[in-house]
Amino acid sequence: MDRTERISVWFFIGLLLLMYGIIIAAQNVYDAVHPVSHTGVVLGYLHFGIWWGILLIVIGSVYSVIFRPHKTS
Amino acid sequence: MLFCFAETVPLVLFGSMALPSLGWSDSLIIGLYFLFVLGIGYYLSKFTKTGEDFFLAGRKMTAWVAGLAFLSANLGSLELMGWAASAYEYGILATQWYWVGAIPAMLFLAIVMMPFYYISKTHSVPGYLKLRYGESTSMLSAVSFAFMTVLMSGVNMFAMALVMKVILGWSIDFSIWVSSITVMIYVVLGGLLSAIFNEVLQFMLIWLGALVIPVLGLVETGGWTGLVARIHQNFPAGNYTHLWSTLGSFQANPMGINWIGIIFAQGFVLSFGYWATDFLVVQRLLSAKDLRSAKMAPIIGASFKMFIPFIVILPGLIGLAVMPGLVGQAQANATGAYSYNEVLPLMLARYAGPGLLGLGVTALIAGFMSGMAGNVTAFSTVWTYDIYRPIHVRLAKKERSDEYYLKMGRWSTIIGVFISIGTAYLVMQFASIMDYVQALFSFFIAPLFGTVILGMLWKRTTAAGGFWGLLAGTVSSIGMYVWTKIDPASLRIIALSKYAKPMADDMYRGLWCWIITVIVTIVVSYMTEPKTEAELNGLVRGCTVLPSEGDLPVWKRPIFWAVIVFIVLVALNIAFW
Repeated sequence: MDRTERISVWFFIGLLLLMYGIIIAAQNVYDAVHPVSHTGVVLGYLHFGIWWGILLIVIGSVYSVIFRPHKTS
Repeated sequence: MLFCFAETVPLVLFGSMALPSLGWSDSLIIGLYFLFVLGIGYYLSKFTKTGEDFFLAGRKMTAWVAGLAFLSANLGSLELMGWAASAYEYGILATQWYWVGAIPAMLFLAIVMMPFYYISKTHSVPGYLKLRYGESTSMLSAVSFAFMTVLMSGVNMFAMALVMKVILGWSIDFSIWVSSITVMIYVVLGGLLSAIFNEVLQFMLIWLGALVIPVLGLVETGGWTGLVARIHQNFPAGNYTHLWSTLGSFQANPMGINWIGIIFAQGFVLSFGYWATDFLVVQRLLSAKDLRSAKMAPIIGASFKMFIPFIVILPGLIGLAVMPGLVGQAQANATGAYSYNEVLPLMLARYAGPGLLGLGVTALIAGFMSGMAGNVTAFSTVWTYDIYRPIHVRLAKKERSDEYYLKMGRWSTIIGVFISIGTAYLVMQFASIMDYVQALFSFFIAPLFGTVILGMLWKRTTAAGGFWGLLAGTVSSIGMYVWTKIDPASLRIIALSKYAKPMADDMYRGLWCWIITVIVTIVVSYMTEPKTEAELNGLVRGCTVLPSEGDLPVWKRPIFWAVIVFIVLVALNIAFW
């Protein structure tokens, strides 16, 4: 009996990282535009969250595209 | 590794701190994580139809997936927090547990031992012992492993829930039940396949969540040079930035250990025992699709393991530079000051803004779940195949169907999780159990390595030799532990120095009980009849024709990559000498 082709684990990882990247980048862009005081966060002026969010979006996109499920005959 | 937990992760963790409250993005990130791991379990359930699917992931994993799962099963959240705390207490010396204390063992496993685990088609380490030595040795190993694995899982579960309570304000009951039921659901649905998929996911999250701290920490301190300068400025009398130069004697370093203990006890016996014979990690490698993948997997794991100090040890060192004054737990409890056990969450609070905080917390939860799934899948396999099955066959005189063992695997997963939950609540009532459980686990590691390695490399080893050697090593380990508990002064005899500290006790105890295992095994083996070479085919070096890799280009051969990893290891040790 034929078995359905399994989706690669890397696709799941890519999808989750992509979503995380969007959430983190969106939150930090909003905070940069509407500054709030996050007490105790050192180097907050670097807006590291935006850059980290972009990194996750890039990694997530690459993995999601390369390992996307293919239709099999 | 687990040998340090008792010293570095006390029960009263994080008594004095709380992270900033979670925002919407942090909560969304954590919620998405739970949805994903459950969704993966549900999706993979349709691929889990046989016992081999459930217990060995169908033996279809690539080297990368098996290798990262192999590493992830070891990378629990207590490991992350415990070793960051150790780095604050001992400095860069804590890196020894990641480099000399892990990499050579992983490479040895890949090149020397993996062929026999894989070719013998065993489903577990006790399963290999059954083929090599017979049922007595296998049962001794299986029962001790199953018992300790499920207890360790409970101990880790409680410690994690305590961390979540004090840093996030979650109730202990909520943390224990939500996390463990989540793990139980995805393992019951997809077995080892689901555990491995989630472990790879968790591995990525641990890296991406924890990496924020060293990156921003190095920016704040001005790179490695600036970091070292600030540590020396804060602690002019301390020596926190040298890996080997302080190991000439016990009293020259804060760990109270010397180079003999690090190389022979930690680097050889304990490390090889853990990485090469602990079924919790070895099980991931048995899922590989072919022998080459099974050999490459630990090499891939080793190459990532070398860089884990970047996310575990470096935060502790950054703590020494930017947050001097953290104290030991006893002093913290008495004065209300921050303890160095809190250094990782403190660093997270220092650098992680909205969203990143959720990612960091998710990394800790992922670490916990990967460790727990490792325990639970290993437990269900050993229970089903190495304890229940031989007893049933002996009593009923007949074999059960594969479908029956699949069902048994699912039920033993559920029961294993509930025993773990029970252990967690037991630890809550009787705190000292935690230390004893962790110590108990270490009793079996070093002797088991002696038994397995002699069985694999020396064809003269007999069934009686294996059994009595393992038993003698385990009993002597327990004896030495009890001796040091009753008479702490005995540590100077066991560790060969009056300056030895408790860390040296673990190491030297492991070394002595391994030596006892080896001696007893050899003596008893010479007194008893060995198996024939034909019976040892596929189990012992010298009696087995291993598949040639001569047709592969050099860069595809596992030995080539093992040598590369070893060269990098040597270079790193020289760089941080």
